[in-house]
Amino acid sequence: MSDAIQKLAMPKWGLSMTEGRVIEWLVDEGAEIKVGDEVAEVETDKLNGTVESPVAGTIRRRVAAEGHIVPVGGLLAVVAGADLSDEEIDAFISQFEASFVPGESEEEAGPAPETVQVPAGNLRFLRQGEATDAVVLLHGFGGDINNWLFTAPALAANYTVYAVDLPGHGGSTKQVGDGDLDALVSAVEQFLDSQEIERAHLVGHSLGGLVACGLALRDAARVRSLTLIASAGLGEEINRQYLEQFICASSRRELKGALELLFADSSHVNRQLVDDVLKYKRIDGVPEALQAIASQVFGNGRQAEVVAPRLASLEIPMLVIWGTEDRIIPAEQAQSAPEAAEVRLLDGSGHSPHMEQAGEVNRIVEEFLAGVRAG
Amino acid sequence: MARRITYQQAINEALAQEMERDPTVVVFGEDVAGGMGAPGEKDAWGGVLGVTKGLYPRFPDRVLDTPISESAYIGAAAGAAASGLRPVAELMFVDFMGVCFDQIYNQAAKFRYMFGGKARTPMVIRTMWGAGIRAASQHSQSLHSVFTHIPGLKVVCPATPYDAKGLLIQSIRDDDPVMFFEHKVLYSTEGEVPEEPYTVPFAEANFVREGTDVTIIALGRMVLLAQQAADELQSEGISCEIVDPRTTSPLDVDSIVESIQNTGRLVVVDEGNPRCGFGADIVALAALEAFSDLKAAPRMVTPPHSPVPFSPALEDAYVPTPETIAAAVRETAEADERALA
Repeated sequence: MSDAIQKLAMPKWGLSMTEGRVIEWLVDEGAEIKVGDEVAEVETDKLNGTVESPVAGTIRRRVAAEGHIVPVGGLLAVVAGADLSDEEIDAFISQFEASFVPGESEEEAGPAPETVQVPAGNLRFLRQGEATDAVVLLHGFGGDINNWLFTAPALAANYTVYAVDLPGHGGSTKQVGDGDLDALVSAVEQFLDSQEIERAHLVGHSLGGLVACGLALRDAARVRSLTLIASAGLGEEINRQYLEQFICASSRRELKGALELLFADSSHVNRQLVDDVLKYKRIDGVPEALQAIASQVFGNGRQAEVVAPRLASLEIPMLVIWGTEDRIIPAEQAQSAPEAAEVRLLDGSGHSPHMEQAGEVNRIVEEFLAGVRAG
Repeated sequence: MARRITYQQAINEALAQEMERDPTVVVFGEDVAGGMGAPGEKDAWGGVLGVTKGLYPRFPDRVLDTPISESAYIGAAAGAAASGLRPVAELMFVDFMGVCFDQIYNQAAKFRYMFGGKARTPMVIRTMWGAGIRAASQHSQSLHSVFTHIPGLKVVCPATPYDAKGLLIQSIRDDDPVMFFEHKVLYSTEGEVPEEPYTVPFAEANFVREGTDVTIIALGRMVLLAQQAADELQSEGISCEIVDPRTTSPLDVDSIVESIQNTGRLVVVDEGNPRCGFGADIVALAALEAFSDLKAAPRMVTPPHSPVPFSPALEDAYVPTPETIAAAVRETAEADERALA
């Protein structure tokens, strides 16, 4: 068995994924692939995504056929040098299949969320990666750490990535105080303190982007860079109907209608995704927390905190990503970003490009962060 | 990943959190504290299987042992509910309903209606149901259909620890009398349960598994058996959709009909007896609401119309199994009765 044979395994996206179905192969047998190349479309019970290769080499064998369900860590394909014989590839596959136990692979084990107590209350977070530089991911209104299921693993190769549940969200405290921006910024600041993170790259989506800006404006020294994805805080307009529908929805049907507005392709919203959000909304204190944050930050269906003009004075590298089909916050608001900011508009994405075009967003963010590091 | 606890712990936690939140919640029944007559042995039992253990030391004024007189304490619960408390009474086995049935169906279930909507009766009767623990005919019945038949009662039959906690909290907060069925075989099953209080609404079916070929409607312990059957059938190329209504009254008619419309084939798995029961009710629903979508005659998998046997061999043969469920699904999947007609 040669060391040059590498497995391309079913990745684990999000905490609850146990298996995925191969929808379509994007590469043929014999194709040369690089690290990060998109190799297959996979469907999970929550979301569809694109598998990016963690290894480089030749696709010697596509083990999983289209339509097949493969457990997390299970073999999708074998990547090896073109010089190895078919017999060696066969031997690798049979050895893998003889020893593979679903649920016990390194992919399956994955990191587990932790909880830390800070003055704002308990905060749940997921830490991935071992590198020195810290990246902190801040989800949007009504979201949680699972929204970064495609982002965090990609960035963890070069950074220590922390995805945090904001107060009122996910597994964090449902006490949000007044629910104003200051309270959310303070919670994130306290989180950085608790993890002894002096300076971090902040990546925020929607409300989380506004919180990231809030922290940068409060204490610029703590923010190495800002990545704002479909961010709040750059203009007044926001989809009022979405906010009201999301907060008030108590049935699957009502909530599905709201969640579909988050994506350009509404088929991303399946029953599992809707059920997960409903479960969250049915936790005591969540409706009140969402209402409190919405009335403070998005009162009367307008954004109350437009921080764009103040960002210009910050000497922090900034990346702004927006889906051109965003139906929650219009993509035109990207133009309000400071002149120095790098702005990337993505066709084919709605309000959640980090989920809808995860590979593309990961590449843009990785390049940007690498540029910041290179100074 | 959320924390994992048992079905039994989930019920205990729901009670404790609601008692903490709302001082009008009181718990009573036979031995729910236990040992009240024996100094130094309070909280000795916590119910016959220990489900309420630990509540008495925390809420000594609100966890009350009652005499062995179901008609007295279920009636007391109805009265307490009508006058401002939120009692959770434990009817040890649902088989004992006969002793107190008047208090349930002719009193509690009628208050709101007969007082012109001016009376509320926010009471929960927790009760154990189902066969499987060698407890013979008088401690093993599945009588959910009897209560479902009566307007004015809500009937809840959780299948998982998550549903057990959320539905019990919902039941306690509900303003009508609720029959809460705890399956004794499920007490030791584990699942993910949030630590915080949360609710699961009534009349919202759970799509346990999505599929395209056959709809399986199942309740309580039968959901787990249906999942085992569906795993087996998956490898044979039959894709099952499992829908757990979670509450039989009110019933999520829309979700059940939607699933039947999508698959065109129906198997109902019910641990109750087959006549005039939940299984027959769902088959009737399919006939009334989705007749033109059905590709084959619906099937029911239930015990026979006989009491639950005491003999372990007979008890095992009595209750539906993954094998009998799978057999019914195969039969339905292969049938083409419409084409023959």
